[in-house]
Amino acid sequence: MAASISFQGVSHTYRPLRGEPLLALERVSLDVGEREFMALLGPSGCGKSTLLYLLGGFLPIETGTITVGGRPIAGPGPDRGIVFQSFALYPWKTVRQNILYGLEKQRQPRALREKRVRELIELVHLGGFENSYPAQLSGGMKQRVAIARTLAIDPAILLMDEPFGALDAQTREVMHEELLAIIQRTPKTVVFVTHDVREAVYLADRVAVMSARPGRVKEIVDTRFGGNKKPSVTGTQEFTQKVEYLWDLVRGEALLAQGKRDS
Amino acid sequence: MRAAAVRYAPLLLLAAAWEAAPRLGLVDPDTLPPLTAVSRAWLKLLQDGDLAVNGLSSLQNLTAGLALGIVVGVALGVLMAWYKPIEVLVNPLIRILYPLPRSALIPVMILWFGLGAASKIAAVFLGCLLPIVIGAFNGARGVEEVLIWSALAAGAKRRQVLWEIVLPAAMPEILAGIRNALALSFILLVAAELLISQRGMGYLISSYGEAGAYDAMFAGVVTVSAVGFFADRLYLSVMGWALRWRG
Repeated sequence: MAASISFQGVSHTYRPLRGEPLLALERVSLDVGEREFMALLGPSGCGKSTLLYLLGGFLPIETGTITVGGRPIAGPGPDRGIVFQSFALYPWKTVRQNILYGLEKQRQPRALREKRVRELIELVHLGGFENSYPAQLSGGMKQRVAIARTLAIDPAILLMDEPFGALDAQTREVMHEELLAIIQRTPKTVVFVTHDVREAVYLADRVAVMSARPGRVKEIVDTRFGGNKKPSVTGTQEFTQKVEYLWDLVRGEALLAQGKRDS
Repeated sequence: MRAAAVRYAPLLLLAAAWEAAPRLGLVDPDTLPPLTAVSRAWLKLLQDGDLAVNGLSSLQNLTAGLALGIVVGVALGVLMAWYKPIEVLVNPLIRILYPLPRSALIPVMILWFGLGAASKIAAVFLGCLLPIVIGAFNGARGVEEVLIWSALAAGAKRRQVLWEIVLPAAMPEILAGIRNALALSFILLVAAELLISQRGMGYLISSYGEAGAYDAMFAGVVTVSAVGFFADRLYLSVMGWALRWRG
């Protein structure tokens, strides 16, 4: 698989206005293949979201390099769409207007834009809610709008920052199915931040386990099950073993993050 | 219907008390003419064209001062939140000016801009500026970072983000600031006109007061209060419409 995204020796220090600077990431190196689904898994505060924001171009890269398709990134761009845990919808825009925003930025002809919006609304099952405002939608529906808005600009890379973390368990499962179906239809490279082990194993091709602060890549675990990513795999022994294996890795880091010694 | 009756009951009671008190001799009818006398005076002001000339003049100056305050105030507040150097420059000035009683500026404005409309517009403008700047600044500064990031990732330029994301996201606070400014603008305009002027509702009130025509003076006072009240109601409904997305 050709490397689509490459992190080389990336470190990052948070400098709060008050208080000590904090080393959030230390010499992270990681390659993500073209059309690969890579999960970043780790305890809270391990810098996995920071890594995603650096890749998005939202934070300045101080140490190391991040390349996309061989080129170092320079700021945010429509080749990398992002979905946030907090949805980040424009509350003053309707569902339709939210999805249209990216298309307008891409200067697509009007007729094409309208067609794309209709397709996307259908893709994320929001027919009938085109003219609703985000405040009128449930959490799951909001996240569908956010995904549709990001897909609208057809980015080669999809960045997802704990996108289903704010949803209830049932909605989360439905969203997992829908995300996999969407990626099947429009293949993309995905970098998916989560602290949910099952979610990571279920969705991702590979899982990069990150250590407690300062964040490093501790281990990369292959989580493909013969190309199968269907609900059927979750019951298998293979799946359970992978989840347990990753749980052990993450649990140790979570304890370390709390300042306890791994037993 | 019932709700409306309950809401306007205090107003009706006040009107009844106003009519009764001077008629029953509880207060001197010369210093508080009965409501019916004030109403007659109001009709006469309307027929004379006094109300139209002075009301229109006040309305023009108020609109001009407020509009200027909105344009400058919103621009200043949003730019303060967006560009750090502007905040460093402007924020201390605002902190110094904030406790200053706004009506204290009126004589200064008259000194600088003369007795006519310009000094009234300037007084309204300066009085309205601070609440609008502060509303816009707080609103723009409070915009969630992820909204801005989403727009940048969609391919928006920084200037587009300012117009298309920061400004609408700050709108609830901006509109609340303008509502405060609207109330202030009535106070400042009438105060400036009372102090010195040749036209306007404040002028109408003070000139009839000085002439001892208290029924006409009260007619002017009631008109200003009523217009202020309805302007606020109208503004609230416009604001509700503009922020209908808040659900």
